[in-house]
Amino acid sequence: MLLLGIDTATSAVTVAVHDGDGVLAECSTLDARRHGEYLAPGITQTLADAGRTVDEVTAVVVGTGPGPFTGLRIGLVTARTFAFARGIPVFGVCSLDAMAHQAWLEDAAGLGQSLVVATDARRKEVYWARYNVCPAGALRRGEPMVAKAGAIADDVRGLPVAGRGAVLYAEWFGRRVGPLDVSAGALADLAARRLAAGEELGAADPMYLRRPDAMPLALRKQVLP
Amino acid sequence: MTGGPLVLGIESSCDETGVGIVRGHTLLADAIASSVEEHARFGGVVPEVASRAHLEAMVPMIDRACRDAGVRLDDLDAIAVTAGPGLAGALLVGVAAAKSLSVALGKPLYGVNHLAAHVAVDIVEHGPLAEPTMAMLVSGGHSSLLLVPDITQDVRSLGSTIDDAAGEAFDKVARVLGLPFPGGPHVDRVAVDGNSGHVFFPRGLTSGRDMERHRFDFSFSGLKTSVARWVEARERAGEPVPVADVAASFQEAVVDVLTRKAVLACREHGVDDLLIGGGVAANTRLRAMARERCDAAGIRLRVPRPGLCTDNGAMVAALGAAMVSRGCAPSALDLPADSSMPVTLVQV
Repeated sequence: MLLLGIDTATSAVTVAVHDGDGVLAECSTLDARRHGEYLAPGITQTLADAGRTVDEVTAVVVGTGPGPFTGLRIGLVTARTFAFARGIPVFGVCSLDAMAHQAWLEDAAGLGQSLVVATDARRKEVYWARYNVCPAGALRRGEPMVAKAGAIADDVRGLPVAGRGAVLYAEWFGRRVGPLDVSAGALADLAARRLAAGEELGAADPMYLRRPDAMPLALRKQVLP
Repeated sequence: MTGGPLVLGIESSCDETGVGIVRGHTLLADAIASSVEEHARFGGVVPEVASRAHLEAMVPMIDRACRDAGVRLDDLDAIAVTAGPGLAGALLVGVAAAKSLSVALGKPLYGVNHLAAHVAVDIVEHGPLAEPTMAMLVSGGHSSLLLVPDITQDVRSLGSTIDDAAGEAFDKVARVLGLPFPGGPHVDRVAVDGNSGHVFFPRGLTSGRDMERHRFDFSFSGLKTSVARWVEARERAGEPVPVADVAASFQEAVVDVLTRKAVLACREHGVDDLLIGGGVAANTRLRAMARERCDAAGIRLRVPRPGLCTDNGAMVAALGAAMVSRGCAPSALDLPADSSMPVTLVQV
């Protein structure tokens, strides 16, 4: 097995190669405005670092967000197209799950029983989800949501928080833990563990959580005074 | 490479997800998915709606193009993609898909200019371009007169719109007349039964002084306002609006200016070949008047069939194939999408 992991749901443009036992190579660049420029060279670089070639990749796993739309789509269309071109499967994993998994991998004992992941959703909002910390991993409770940080203060009070939201809205959130952005290595590792446990992975479909901003046509404007 | 290079082209600059495949000068596939119906109730293209549709349509269109052409992705010699100009978020979907194909297949990548591709598409319709060619590009986002010595690397701008694009004026006037979005085909359709001499609407930037400062530029904003004022005055007076006559009169004003300046540009630059491209080139009155005036001036006119005038992937593949044939170097894998890519930059 050789998994190509990709995520563009946060400020990180991140790529990893995972052989089922562990991460062989990972490349991450922090630049929320250059996902489209760093991702493709990042794939080439990561495969080279791992000493592998494109035809050895057996599946692609991509972060499905939630995350800012334009960046998120770059990862998804790249993953889908790569998989189509190679004739291999493509799977999706919630990007927040990958961050919770990384926090769990790094220091499961330090987390206590619950964990929050909150990322930057812009417009003074966060994408967030709450996790139960178990011996088997960080298990998400419910679907990811988008909300003003202040509006979820009661839900997250006293809990450790991973993700950039914890830094941006420190006044609302508790103790900062784990990663600020997604690591494709953690994403691929989570996917590999789920596959090894016989779980089915999801589709590579975006979690937008917001409708497009657009107003239906109003009445025609008059030009005469 | 019998018959020239085999190139797959991706277009996603606005609301069409296009994937075309060209071998040399021959069109093999032209797969298009459009999100235009999703935009109609907003009266214009909503960038986020278009971008979401591109993501969903991209792989299915690549698949369809390969099936239609009867080729495998491994057979391709290169991938070409619209790098700009266009909607930033929409462009990025196509550019990312093209880069992914390039990496996954180990094929060279060409990031090309959308406007140059509108010119190059006629290669698959009418063969290699005359050099130089005068090109007039008219669409919902652009109105330009281009002197084209070599479509793969030398495109010069003589003029462009200083306000609305020609297609934009069609959309806005259609709205004034109660016709659906996008306005071009609807204005064209109702104008057939109208009297184009019913109202003489202004011809922007054609007066003596404007012809000095803006010789090959266009302006359609004043025309649009003039139509709106005329229609409102009738409505306020409680009189019926002769929709067909207004549509025909408006269309006549647009087409008169476009063809007049295009022919003048050919004459003054000693160019005998005019090519008209872009979505507005599908307009029947524009095609007819351009034919008349070019015949009278001894200019050879080329206009792709309407289906190739609107945005599509075949035009990107056609330009890519011309670049590969000319030995142009591929683009870098970190090429950016450039929403305001200048028309003079053919490749990034």
